[in-house]
Amino acid sequence: MTTKNTLGKAAAVVLMAALVSACSSNAAKEEAAAQAAAEQAAAEQAAAAEAAEQRAKEKEKAMQMAEKREEKRRLMDAASAAGSVFYFDYDSSSLSDDARAAIDAHVALMMADSGNVRLEGHTDERGTREYNLALGERRANAVRDYMVASGVPAYRIETISYGEENPVAYGSGESNWMKNRRVEIK
Amino acid sequence: MAQRITLLLLSLIYSSLAVAQLEIQVTRGIDNPTSIAIAPFAWDGLGTSPVDFAQIIDSDLARSGQFSPVSRRDMLSLPTSKEDIFYRDWRAIATRYLVIGRVSKGTQLRVDFALHDVERGIELFSGQVVGSESEARMVAHGVADAIYEKLTGIPGAFATRLIYVSVTRNPDGKDFYRLTVADADGRRPIVLLEGRDPILAPSWSPDGREVAYVSFESSRPAIYRQVLATGEREQLTNFQGLNNSPVWSPDGRSMALVLSKDGSPDIYLLDLETKALTRLTRHYAIDTEPTWMPDGKSLLFTSDRGGRPQIYRYELATGKIERVTFEGRYNARARVAEDGRNVALVHQRDGRFHIAVFDLVTERLTVLTETSLDESPSIAPNGSLVIYATKRGERSVLGAVAVDGGVKFSLPARSGSVQEPAWSPMLTKQ
Repeated sequence: MTTKNTLGKAAAVVLMAALVSACSSNAAKEEAAAQAAAEQAAAEQAAAAEAAEQRAKEKEKAMQMAEKREEKRRLMDAASAAGSVFYFDYDSSSLSDDARAAIDAHVALMMADSGNVRLEGHTDERGTREYNLALGERRANAVRDYMVASGVPAYRIETISYGEENPVAYGSGESNWMKNRRVEIK
Repeated sequence: MAQRITLLLLSLIYSSLAVAQLEIQVTRGIDNPTSIAIAPFAWDGLGTSPVDFAQIIDSDLARSGQFSPVSRRDMLSLPTSKEDIFYRDWRAIATRYLVIGRVSKGTQLRVDFALHDVERGIELFSGQVVGSESEARMVAHGVADAIYEKLTGIPGAFATRLIYVSVTRNPDGKDFYRLTVADADGRRPIVLLEGRDPILAPSWSPDGREVAYVSFESSRPAIYRQVLATGEREQLTNFQGLNNSPVWSPDGRSMALVLSKDGSPDIYLLDLETKALTRLTRHYAIDTEPTWMPDGKSLLFTSDRGGRPQIYRYELATGKIERVTFEGRYNARARVAEDGRNVALVHQRDGRFHIAVFDLVTERLTVLTETSLDESPSIAPNGSLVIYATKRGERSVLGAVAVDGGVKFSLPARSGSVQEPAWSPMLTKQ
């Protein structure tokens, strides 16, 4: 019996404590709710600001991208206007002013880009085929060296010589030969 | 005096492709060619003779420019043995020499022939040439070689071959390359390699069984060697930059070639067995177009280290380099005759490129051609003729000229260009 009584008292104490605690919990809840609402409002405000900022950033980025695209298009147009063939004098691998200006346009494009290029050296039909292979290589190397000096990493440039093979103009005479003494950028 | 000649050639595998054949036209012979009659040869075998031996010998001798063969129609008798010969029949038609012959077929073809001096009424020489039936034309060329040698003192080079690059233009305007080997008379052309990518600088192994060349088929130049009889081939180099001008050493063990992997084009030596590579020249200028002296002790090559391309000599034992040519602004792509004395090269004079011969002993340079875009000279293994490429309109054609300038002929193809001829070494054994 004693044990039963004690249990009954203990139960009553627990019930009381629960009631007291229920009263104080209601007050806290209200307080928390108010705080949460305030916090939410602040967060919403912050988010809106952030979104606005994001939108501004994106707009700026888009504008930059467009500008970059525009710039690249301009560089590509310039390179394409400059042409992809650079011409040389007879038995010479010196770059003419015209060739340098044209190569500059390709260098500018390469600096804004990550692509690789292949430089193909060619000669006219005069002289021996094997010496002309060496001369074609010297021309391709002259273009490569100029590009490297202008800041293009050497590993992005491959050179190859075809010598007097693969002419663009068949037949003899300077009018054909001058078209064949060239380096093509590909 | 009897002489026996054996053909060393293995039969080539014949391609079924129809290949344009070269036609040889003598454009200039010597002033008083020697009259010679080749009577039709007797055939001791079943069926008919695989080729007209006398006709082939006749054409060979005519092509040398030094002989004027008697037409078969003018012959009063057609002897095939010594007993049948009536010298007066030949004196009547002003024939200086007469050749008779008999062909028999066992496991191999055997030609017994004799050369007669009509004027003196005696047999000068008799000989025998042996070879397989599939090489019947080469057997006939072997007879022509023996006759030519007896009458001129110079071994004939009719039983030899040529390798060359022919180029035709496809309908799309792109060039199409074929590496071709043919008999020295332009007959029996066989394509060894073909494609859209350039093929360059073909050369022969000293035993005449292999060729080396440069092909761009991998979109970059690489040097290959290829066995003629089997078509089996091996890539020897594929370095960054130039891979060019492969030339076998006279002993066949190594190859001189040009690489630019270390900067500018230099001459290297490749040991064909160990594949060890040795750099021979080291200069920022262009060093290219190596060619061996016949003793294998030194190389000639082209270099513009003096400002303009000239021929230099490299001595293998010492590494010493000396300049060889001084006349003119441009001397390049040398090829040395078997005598080690005559050097055929490309020489520029008045803005035109000619084939010239430079004598290493007298240091005299003699221009042999009048055309203006001549290149790729190659000397016949008997040292008598230089074959080369020249331009005729838009096309490249082959021409040949005697080392003494006396005889000239052209070898046009029916279509397309023919370039970079290389004359084989001697292919027969006496």
